[in-house]
Amino acid sequence: MAYATTIEGTRFTFPDLRRLLAKATPERSGDQLAGLCADGPVERLAAQIALADLPLKTFLAEELIPSEEDEVSDLIARRHDAAAFAPVSSLTVGAFREWLLSPAADARALATLSPGLTPEMVAAVSKICRLQDLVAVAAKRPVVTRFRSTIGLPGRLATRNQPNHPTDSSEGILISALDGLLMGSGDAVIGVNPATDSLPDYIRIVELLETLRLRLDVPTQHCCLGHVTVAIEAMAKGAPVDLVFQSVAGSQKANAGFGVDLAVLREASEAARALGRCPAGGQVMYFETGQGSALSADAHWGVDQQTMEARAYAVAREFDPLLVNTVVGFIGPEYLYNGKQIIRAGLEDHFCGKLLGLPMGVDVCYTNHADADGEDMDALLTLLCAAGVNFVITVPGADDVMLNYQSLSHHDAVFARETLGRPPAPEFEAWLRDVRITDAQGRLTSATGELPPALAAATRLLPGRAA
Amino acid sequence: MSDPTEPAKPAHAGTPTLRDLRGLTQARIALGAHGAGLPTGAALAFGLDHARAREAVWTPLDAAAIRAALRAQGLESVEVRSTVSDRTEYLRRPDRGRSLAPESATVLDGHGPGFDVAIVIADGLSATAVALNAVPAAAALAARVRRAGWSLAPVVVASQGRVAIGDPIGARLGARCVVVLIGERPGLSASDSLGCYVTFGPEPGLPDSRRNCISNIREGGLSVEAAAGQMEALLRAMLAQGTSGVALRRGDPAEPKALPDARD
Repeated sequence: MAYATTIEGTRFTFPDLRRLLAKATPERSGDQLAGLCADGPVERLAAQIALADLPLKTFLAEELIPSEEDEVSDLIARRHDAAAFAPVSSLTVGAFREWLLSPAADARALATLSPGLTPEMVAAVSKICRLQDLVAVAAKRPVVTRFRSTIGLPGRLATRNQPNHPTDSSEGILISALDGLLMGSGDAVIGVNPATDSLPDYIRIVELLETLRLRLDVPTQHCCLGHVTVAIEAMAKGAPVDLVFQSVAGSQKANAGFGVDLAVLREASEAARALGRCPAGGQVMYFETGQGSALSADAHWGVDQQTMEARAYAVAREFDPLLVNTVVGFIGPEYLYNGKQIIRAGLEDHFCGKLLGLPMGVDVCYTNHADADGEDMDALLTLLCAAGVNFVITVPGADDVMLNYQSLSHHDAVFARETLGRPPAPEFEAWLRDVRITDAQGRLTSATGELPPALAAATRLLPGRAA
Repeated sequence: MSDPTEPAKPAHAGTPTLRDLRGLTQARIALGAHGAGLPTGAALAFGLDHARAREAVWTPLDAAAIRAALRAQGLESVEVRSTVSDRTEYLRRPDRGRSLAPESATVLDGHGPGFDVAIVIADGLSATAVALNAVPAAAALAARVRRAGWSLAPVVVASQGRVAIGDPIGARLGARCVVVLIGERPGLSASDSLGCYVTFGPEPGLPDSRRNCISNIREGGLSVEAAAGQMEALLRAMLAQGTSGVALRRGDPAEPKALPDARD
């Protein structure tokens, strides 16, 4: 079915829903690379005007990618909750935006609505939202998850402490994790991206993080971000796996490019839960996503990258995750060219994830070949804190020495706590006070790198310092 | 649990500070903080590293200088370019960085009936890495190729090239194997890392799974001589087995993995 708008006598037509969504998407290099974007700002606005008039329920009647050929589409269709959708079922995309901004859409209403929304609906409405809308709506939709810490409570910001090392050196990982803890980072997870994907390294890394956690009695969880199949093997061998990680995308073919499908994710999720490490009612899965991953795997089906990203959240939602984050600026300038595009994409991803009910975090980051810098990250972090982001990723001095990109620094989490008033998870906040990393007001007691006595024990884990 | 309002006690003597343990990682640990701010020195050092990395990405390849240095090493060379018109397009259109400009294709004709090995030097994402490390790496590899008795094509210097530009170049030269030496995406700590991708039977459209990668070739990383040794071992295995990439069986431990869309 074709869609059309007439602006001052000029008729703009869009042959199908995919094309309408792509043309309505704010400018980004990935859609330009795919040849899907609007020809210019006027055609984009024409598409946005046509999209605003589209009934939301169109997305239930017309699939962007056929269910018969794609298990993600099938999942989206199977899981749609018509009763939850009922309150907005008569709205157009444009009226849905207005409803989301209105006081009627409070935390309770948005939470009830989540199972009734599909990724395509939230992607569509995000395309006609400005940044302020994306912030205002997301801020009304807290999503709380729990393991040893409680993440996503209103007014708080958690952090992933990411102590990567180029060769997975145990000492290098440990010292970097300690550096982060001393700056107050790590309540969402202490999570290492391994340089290799071998089973022995995976087991060594989770055992190292487990030892650190137990030695310091930190109320957090850890994760080695190896492939899900490696995690399954490690769990079978009895390794102390808190969280199982996997990168996911918005089509079956793109997930196949990551070497996963829904069945293997289900197997991993059940295995992690069966370990009994997570308290009842808690969550054990951690997913990362990012705009452009489907296009780079040639698995986007002619769908714009932001809609494909939202579809990845349907995959994540199926497994009730503790943490989900978009790695927004990592993929490179051929998908998000500059700071403006990265900032918008970060806010879109957070908005879409939250509306679908995900515990959404963001890796606020950039690469050196993108036209972006630390100031763009300052802006994105501040906006995300206003939007109520569940967590961000922090590394020493904003420099990830394994993945060779820039994320936030642990210092930026201090800024969020002290200037924006976003304390960490309550359990972790109490621990920071108890071990004297922070004072009663939650401020760092010392930034000299001196280890409080409670943490000095951890240095005995280092070589030549055995107790 | 202790009283959180009590002032913090100083660490007792003998407890190492993180600063003492900095040698355990290249990560920027124990920087210190003033409120949430970095110390001025650390903030400006970060800015300088980023400026260097940006410069590595945006500096044009000095093909004439590379060719003169190759000549000084006794290596013949030819110059080609991709279908990319400028650096902005290079960053936005990886597909164009993989294809050879039509006028460049003819430059590759008439050099011989085919070769065992072709070496391509491409700017990739760091002209700095290429300027510092590509000619020494090419010369070290060429010496090994000669000793092994393999035939070597003229070295091809490719401007605005991605890794896969080695495919049309290798095919046009009739090379059995192509070795692409290319500037890696610069990190903050190192903007001079050279990557090396070796492919058997190059032809346009090969998937990345057909390549073997050696990464982080630079002073302070993998030395040029060690890298050339690894390249020779890869070539020897490829010429013997008639394949490359994930299908190649190797005696060595796993080599560094290529990061999709990150290294080239």
